[in-house]
Amino acid sequence: MNQQAFLDTVMPFKDKVFRLAKRLLISQDEAEDATQELYLKLWKNKNKLTGYKSVEAYAMTMTKNYCLDRLKSKQASNLSLVHSNYKDNHSNLQKDIEIRDSVQKVHQLITQLPEQQRMIIQLRDIEEYEFDEIEKMLQMKATNVRVALSRARKTIREKLKEQHAYQIG
Amino acid sequence: MHTKSDNIEKLLNKYLEAKTDLQEEALLKNYFSSDKVAPHLQEYKYMFQYFKDNKKESFTQEIRLETKKQKRKWIGIAASIAVLLSVFIFNNYQEKQAAQQAYINTQNALQLIATHMNKGSVAIAQLETFEKTRNKVFK
Repeated sequence: MNQQAFLDTVMPFKDKVFRLAKRLLISQDEAEDATQELYLKLWKNKNKLTGYKSVEAYAMTMTKNYCLDRLKSKQASNLSLVHSNYKDNHSNLQKDIEIRDSVQKVHQLITQLPEQQRMIIQLRDIEEYEFDEIEKMLQMKATNVRVALSRARKTIREKLKEQHAYQIG
Repeated sequence: MHTKSDNIEKLLNKYLEAKTDLQEEALLKNYFSSDKVAPHLQEYKYMFQYFKDNKKESFTQEIRLETKKQKRKWIGIAASIAVLLSVFIFNNYQEKQAAQQAYINTQNALQLIATHMNKGSVAIAQLETFEKTRNKVFK
């Protein structure tokens, strides 16, 4: 695979890789670094890519694994920092801003979901992949994908509804 | 209008159970991007709006394949060679400088000894004169 063929294969889904990385790593900078790193990895493995049925699915799996690894090593080094960030989001001032911007609130609600649910919401509701593609990307059973997705959607909806009620009252 | 809203609610229940397919979800996304959303379904509007907005987020950096990294590696190697070379040259220079200084110091020392030696010879010469004179006197 030469450079042009490689780019033609991998460039169409670079935004999806980036968005999944950002969904997991949260930070823009870290998601950008991860995307660069992942594309470098893909480039180094360019000769193996032709062996995959779907390079895109393979890349998404790589993204998932890479980001989860990053999170694990980050958790070991600055767990307390991550924790205080969450607490900040719940301060009163922050809350006022959240209420005003309900669409932004959805972002925060997704961020508070477990990693697996976050990935599934990303892949289904944002990237609009078929269920069988998501199963392959995340190496999960079909029923588990649906259970997690259902849980995530219900959580987001319920929390938004609470927020809405609070806003009116 | 009423029937449409009913349909949407049925679809939403299916959606929450994760049993809708992509077409049905597209229908929901479409409905909630309009301005005619029933007020009691408002929260879904935020959700679908967010999903739609998020899909527009793109990776704006240029993808760097290994070329740039390799270039950086070579710059690193070149820089370390330059540093080593300058340390070596500087060391050499310092050594030369030290040798020169040592030479000058030795020369000064020798000069000093020579001066003192001369003083000594003068004194000896005087002594000799004294001796001769004394011999003449005390014979």
